[in-house]
Amino acid sequence: MAERTATVASRVGLHARPAAIFAEAAGEYENLEITIRSEGEDVEDGMDAASVLSLMSLGASHGDKVILAADGDGADEALDHLVSIIETDHDAE
Amino acid sequence: MDYSPSETSTAQLRYTGVGVSPGRVIAPLIPMAPPVAAPPEGEPLEGDPESAVERLSQAAASVKTELQQRAERARSDAAAEVLKATALMAGDKALIKNAAKLVRNQSLSPERALWDAASGYADQMRAMGGYMAERAADIEDVRARIVAELRGMPAPGVPQRTEPFVLAAEDLAPADTAVLDPETVVALVTSSGGPQSHTAILARNLGLPAVVAATGVTDIEPGTPVFVDGSAGSIVSHPGTEHEQAVAAWHRVSEQLASFDGHGALADGTDVPLLANVGTADDARAAAAAGAQGVGLLRTEFCFLGRDAEPTVQEQTEAYVEIFRAFGSAKIVVRTLDAGADKPLPFLTDTTEPNPALGVRGYRTDWTTPGVLERQLQAIAAAAQQTEATVWVMAPMISTAGESAHFAQLVHAAGLEVSGVMVETPAAAITAEQILDRVDFVSLGTNDLTQYTMAADRMLGSLAELNSPWQPAVLRMIERTAAGARAASSESGVHKNVGVCGEAAADPALAVVLVGLGVDTLSMSPRSLAAVAAVLARVDLDRARVVAHTALHAASAREARDAVRAQLPVLEELGL
Repeated sequence: MAERTATVASRVGLHARPAAIFAEAAGEYENLEITIRSEGEDVEDGMDAASVLSLMSLGASHGDKVILAADGDGADEALDHLVSIIETDHDAE
Repeated sequence: MDYSPSETSTAQLRYTGVGVSPGRVIAPLIPMAPPVAAPPEGEPLEGDPESAVERLSQAAASVKTELQQRAERARSDAAAEVLKATALMAGDKALIKNAAKLVRNQSLSPERALWDAASGYADQMRAMGGYMAERAADIEDVRARIVAELRGMPAPGVPQRTEPFVLAAEDLAPADTAVLDPETVVALVTSSGGPQSHTAILARNLGLPAVVAATGVTDIEPGTPVFVDGSAGSIVSHPGTEHEQAVAAWHRVSEQLASFDGHGALADGTDVPLLANVGTADDARAAAAAGAQGVGLLRTEFCFLGRDAEPTVQEQTEAYVEIFRAFGSAKIVVRTLDAGADKPLPFLTDTTEPNPALGVRGYRTDWTTPGVLERQLQAIAAAAQQTEATVWVMAPMISTAGESAHFAQLVHAAGLEVSGVMVETPAAAITAEQILDRVDFVSLGTNDLTQYTMAADRMLGSLAELNSPWQPAVLRMIERTAAGARAASSESGVHKNVGVCGEAAADPALAVVLVGLGVDTLSMSPRSLAAVAAVLARVDLDRARVVAHTALHAASAREARDAVRAQLPVLEELGL
């Protein structure tokens, strides 16, 4: 199981446009089950990272840490890519 | 005589309301689809769970596709963004997974399973409050769409069609109007809503004929051909030849009224500059192309709406620069942020106020959240420096001369020269002289001035008659404001400009009255410029004063309007 911790960079937090961008990116990895959870939660509490509703219900604000996890071929590359998306301020673009 | 059903259904029926945007069309009438009712709690599954899950996924997928297609056709980037976000929710994997679980494990019908799964998310969002709570409504919209799709019913909201139609509704909300396609919707008719409702404002912006407060129109059988006359305020089902002729006559007239030469004046040569109300850079470019002599009302909310944090000074400056550039060196009257009441902003306004129309709104938000206004003024000043525009700044929702003085101070401190205030409250109208001792100009916001003078909620269709800028009491407020401006001008030796930037200025008959009352400039949606200019060009100042006098002495809004129209045959001549 590969895991990464990322800090939410968007000012509005991980919802609205940033959540949509992230969910779409996570959905591209069809062969991987990627989960996301708040820092301090168990891996079993991880939610589907490709679900925009799950991301919104996570309620991660600017500066919060989230943990991404995935298992399987290409998991490391996928997580690195997704971390970079969380750590970009999409409002500033 | 026997009435067979087919005979009664083709009977010509006439419905009367308030005409709010001119034009005549004939097209089939299609009502807004009704809201989707919740499937009964615990509604059991019939048949095989796997095929139910399959139906569910297909329904969600087709709702997603439909929303995506609408996002591509959306009129504005903001509308497209909302539609794209909702499309993503409709296709959400976790939503479908949760609903499928309820079908398989609890033998719920796919409709109810989806309803419960989506409600789970919506409740969670609502509990988070603020911005997230607002997104709960988006999830509920998706929920209704998928359930409608499963039931084979039309999606709730504005019908999506490829052929032209007349849209009938109780009233339209801002969210409905954002997704309305003016290519297919050719007229708007509502059973509720007043002359200043969102429906009326949208119709004028899009140049669509519209009639509001027409009781019974939502009961017309869907698909029935109707004739709509947005000047007379009438709707006729199963129209005849005379109606077809009326439509053809309108086409001829509207061609004549299609353009404005960029110089508003009365028949005797008195200048009446005609400016535009704009809310975005696109609006500004369209207004400049339509010949507007400047911007009489720049609504700055576009920079702020749909955001949960204040935009930076630099972001605001860039947005204002883009708008100022559309008009070269012409006058641009910028209204500072007007949040509150029907335009709440999470970082500025308190949505729990018991009476938001009388609450902390407009200029008053500077008391509860100081700093936002000063930063906005900085941005406006920076944009003014980077462009040639002649920038005037005004504050909304002013009640005292003291507030005006404070605002003028802030404006000057930001390095801007010309300060003014909106006259939207009776308090401001009757103290106009004292206000204008402290600022350089006033602009009458007739929509709110009407609501506050008449103590009648703008949004209530049942008060449409009271909520008319034709009300003699409202005209008295305008007269009083103009008199205050004259007194302040002669005292200071500097002319104090009185403008009107409410919907009243867009009504050609009322425009004559306003000029007769002493108003200097009129600002309106660009679509109305040509018609207003055409009528003003046929009236001299003495005539306008006589007409205004008539209106002031009428006993009701209707009487004032009828008496004025009777004195201005040019309106009939031009089909207005």
